[in-house]
Amino acid sequence: MGEGDRMTAQPPLRVFLVDDEQPARERMREVLGDLAVELPNLVVGEAANGQEALAALPALAPDVVLVDIHMPQMNGMEFARHLAILETPPAVVFVTAHDQYAIEAFEVNALDYLLKPVRAARLAGALAKARATGAVSRDAVDRAAVQAGQVPRRFFSAGERGKILLVPVADVVYLKAELKYVTVRTADKEHLLEEALTSLEQEFTGIFVRIHRSCLVARRRIRGFERVTDEDGEGAGWAVILEGVPEKLPVSRRQWPTIKALASG
Amino acid sequence: MNPNTSSVPDALPDFRNLGVAARILVGVNLAAVVAAAIKATTFAQLVSEFLDIALVVEPTLIASLAVLSVASPWLAKLPYVIGLATVSAVVLVLTSGVAFLRASVDAEPLGIIRAGGFALLATALLASYFHLRSRAFSPALAEARLQALQARIRPHFLFNTLNAVLSLVRKDARRAEAAIEDLAELYRMVMADTKNLTTLARELDLTRQYLNLEQLRLGERLIVDWQIAEAPRDALVPPLLLQPLVENAVYHGIEPGIEPGTIVIAIRRDKDRVHLKLTNPYHPEHQHRQGNRIALANIRERLALHFDVEGVLESGVKGSSYEIRMTMPYRRAAPHTVPGEREAA
Repeated sequence: MGEGDRMTAQPPLRVFLVDDEQPARERMREVLGDLAVELPNLVVGEAANGQEALAALPALAPDVVLVDIHMPQMNGMEFARHLAILETPPAVVFVTAHDQYAIEAFEVNALDYLLKPVRAARLAGALAKARATGAVSRDAVDRAAVQAGQVPRRFFSAGERGKILLVPVADVVYLKAELKYVTVRTADKEHLLEEALTSLEQEFTGIFVRIHRSCLVARRRIRGFERVTDEDGEGAGWAVILEGVPEKLPVSRRQWPTIKALASG
Repeated sequence: MNPNTSSVPDALPDFRNLGVAARILVGVNLAAVVAAAIKATTFAQLVSEFLDIALVVEPTLIASLAVLSVASPWLAKLPYVIGLATVSAVVLVLTSGVAFLRASVDAEPLGIIRAGGFALLATALLASYFHLRSRAFSPALAEARLQALQARIRPHFLFNTLNAVLSLVRKDARRAEAAIEDLAELYRMVMADTKNLTTLARELDLTRQYLNLEQLRLGERLIVDWQIAEAPRDALVPPLLLQPLVENAVYHGIEPGIEPGTIVIAIRRDKDRVHLKLTNPYHPEHQHRQGNRIALANIRERLALHFDVEGVLESGVKGSSYEIRMTMPYRRAAPHTVPGEREAA
């Protein structure tokens, strides 16, 4: 990108479409087609929902993703947050028919969006801007999602061999902080997230509860408690028994009153 | 004025309605208790005085209600003042009759005139009560209408539909035309005066036009099961009764799902009652929106306004679906006002 004469030497912009409504995707293709002379572009793929899109997208290496906000299972903002874990994430332009909260959040966080029905001129502007500025920052999307009331996410995303692996939040038994990663434990697997435990704790209040400085457990997976000797051998403490995994996790003295109240309440 | 739509202000109450009858029974008996209390000094006296009054009041009351409830459809067609005079005459005649029978037993010469006077007074008081009540509800109605305009037909729906229609313009102009016609019709209905009752047939047409448009953008994700073979198309219902609920069903039941979902619309008549049932898939994680509750409250309010206690709306989750049930009295519209069964298909 950027070599030679900008007007003539640029390869077509690679665009990916995500919208749950098929006519909306068709309409977007039409408008992109109308713009082809002015702004060469190529629709490299499309998907009807966020999961499908995240599975197909890394291999297609698009420059820009046009994503609808209001979609089943995974909305456009959550989609963009998962996308951000790719090594070279595409630029994201949000599309919405009407979503006052989201629009306000985008404006505050300088994220680009288009309103349906989409006008060719406006689309051209958004695409040119996306090409120039590149991927949106994960932070900006996170802040916008919080602002628009679009938290918590339904999935955690782990980047594995250039692909995005989605782990449903409902499947997670516990989260454990280790150095700069967080390990996500489900009944049968472990994954690594590049996120901070404190921000996860904030996002998923009510779903996960902190039992230890470095550990959050799913509230509805707590089955009971067992008395154990502390790791350092200094007297006895408690460990939590969790549904779906054999390991028992120590509860810190500081967290014990909270956890106990939670379990008996 | 269209004679077959019951307009809210300045109309006699519907005497067939249980709520109206209950209010009349309670009102008159309360007046009788007050009358007894004025004369009595002890509790025993109060009871005996009340029983004395009741001997004339109760038969009159029941006879009047029976006559008025039978005459109600005919009374509703009269201008308000003439209707009121007719009601007073009916009450007066019946009171005199009962008092006359009683006088022939008790031989109390002034009884008939006194009873007649009290009956007229009670009628006047009740008439002004019902008049005030309908007046009091009118601002609520205006507000409900405004709310209906703002809350119904979400902007989300409008813009997505316009976008879907745009996608048709180049490749299927005829379908695009039909869709724009549906959209125009839908908005005409929504913006029309919603004060008067409409027919179920009209409400069904409106709902069908709305669903055609949703089908356009949702495609095979939206399945509608119409169970309306036994629906009384001539029944009078509050306007925008069904469409907002179906819109909610699409928004909360179909849009959050990746798999296709079914909306069931079942309407039938059971003697003098109309039953509506609406079900849609339930997505527990998508219930944080206020829209549904506002729509339900709005429709409940309008049912109460038009049908008093006989208009009932219940809603709840049943297994994996969300269900709304409505029941209201069956009131027929005059035959020529009911649109034909898709006459020009």
